[in-house]
Amino acid sequence: MIFDVATCKNMLLFVANGILSNVDMLNEADKLGDSDHGSGMEVGFTAVVKKLSAQEFTDLGSLFKSCGMAIMMSSGGASGAIFGTFFKDGAKALENLQQLDSTSFSEFLKLGLASVMKRGKANYGDKTMLDALKPAVDITAANIGLSIGQIFKLCAQAAKEGSEATKNMVASFGRMKNLGERTLGYADPGSITVALIFSYMSEFTQT
Amino acid sequence: MKHLINDRHSLIEEMIEGLVAAYNGTVVKVDNVNGIMRKEIKENKVTLLVGGGSGHEPIYHGLVGENMADAAAIGNIFASPNPEIIYETAKASHRGNGILFLYGNYAGDNLNFDIAAEMLEDEGIKVKTVRINDDVATDDIDGRRGIAGLFFAVKIAGAACASVDNLDEAFRIVSKAVSKIRSMGTAFEPGIMLNTGKSTFTLAEDEIEIGMGIHGEPGVEVTKLKSSKELVGIMLTKIINDLPFNKGDEVALMINDLGSFTNMELLIANKAIAEFLEQIGIKNLYTHIGKVSTTMDMRGFSISLIQLDEELKKYLFTNANSIAFDFHR
Repeated sequence: MIFDVATCKNMLLFVANGILSNVDMLNEADKLGDSDHGSGMEVGFTAVVKKLSAQEFTDLGSLFKSCGMAIMMSSGGASGAIFGTFFKDGAKALENLQQLDSTSFSEFLKLGLASVMKRGKANYGDKTMLDALKPAVDITAANIGLSIGQIFKLCAQAAKEGSEATKNMVASFGRMKNLGERTLGYADPGSITVALIFSYMSEFTQT
Repeated sequence: MKHLINDRHSLIEEMIEGLVAAYNGTVVKVDNVNGIMRKEIKENKVTLLVGGGSGHEPIYHGLVGENMADAAAIGNIFASPNPEIIYETAKASHRGNGILFLYGNYAGDNLNFDIAAEMLEDEGIKVKTVRINDDVATDDIDGRRGIAGLFFAVKIAGAACASVDNLDEAFRIVSKAVSKIRSMGTAFEPGIMLNTGKSTFTLAEDEIEIGMGIHGEPGVEVTKLKSSKELVGIMLTKIINDLPFNKGDEVALMINDLGSFTNMELLIANKAIAEFLEQIGIKNLYTHIGKVSTTMDMRGFSISLIQLDEELKKYLFTNANSIAFDFHR
């Protein structure tokens, strides 16, 4: 599979539709908060489907930026701002590129991660989406020699493990931060969404 | 429990239409987004833009009016508005002299308002931000929630923005005002969220939660029901010690009904509050008792105190009009 602009667009649409099929689960996962993480992602990724379907893109940068803007501008809530920032700012690494490879994907992830940390001011271990994202960023950087399909698979695994690990963390951000130890045993909803994103990317390469 | 809602998906739209109608022509909805603004905003005025999630009516959107907010960005229930709503509402209400964003300190609001501020700054529109963080039940100052004390913040900001001639001066006054406000709430019974039909939290029959947040966030302690004197004592002690308020201070007091407390209960609380303040030598110049920052139909109340100086008194006692609250002296 060559990850040209058209293929990447189809992949992002596949990911968006995948997230949309998990809205109820994501709301349920947010029951210690406002039970609306899934609804926020529903608004964001519905906007992604609408925006990406309506346009042709000439490079990867503008494709991923559009994805980010769609989520950021439509969702409201903290997660929408963070996920939108991830795609929008990560996209700077893909400007003018016509094909996604392991190196450019690694740069996209690194920039996206840095931007999320700057905007959200969270750290690894604070029980946020970072705890699923950082492991994916790290494993990608350590495996540049592999094909992009293999990288997506590694990312999906690493993000899933990272999300699972949030069950043992105490929430420090968002609506749940005042619940303290009551948040133990529950995964952070944002980290679940990150794991899903990589999982769908990986699944796409098998289609 | 029965509610007057037609369709859970059109709650916000219908609420906004009803609110705009209540303003009888002085306020309009911003095109294409869930925002409202005063119809007539003077050229070169510093714009005061407030906002946050809905579900706390009459705030924030009910605070638009003369010598109050110029515009409000409206999010879904308990969710911050998205940057597009804030940006479009800001553009529509900007009059050439910059915009003061004033809202409660919550992660979602902070992020989305910051994004909108960046977009506006990119276009050469100056924005300054003050976040309301009056809730003493959260110990960590940076993470402090904004609760009913916003009442004083918006009242003072409204008068200040209407009379100063630049954004930096408005920012100075409003920042000072916010730094002098301290509040705390106590929950007696949860409310029902109109969009989901579910309770906002759970409490046992004989329990209250002191320090609970306005979205049902946990507070300082869950405890058995107490006398008004004892409960008010606990709440006011934390409030007074936090700033701290000192003997001889002049203050204003707001007792906020969180949704469906009875007026009688609020007045009983006020007896205890008045006695406590008198006992410690604090001079209360003004009391407002009412439903300002609600959490649906939650049963509970909050106490807010602001430490006043001559400048803050001037703005607090300026006449003002809004749906949530009118002030005339």
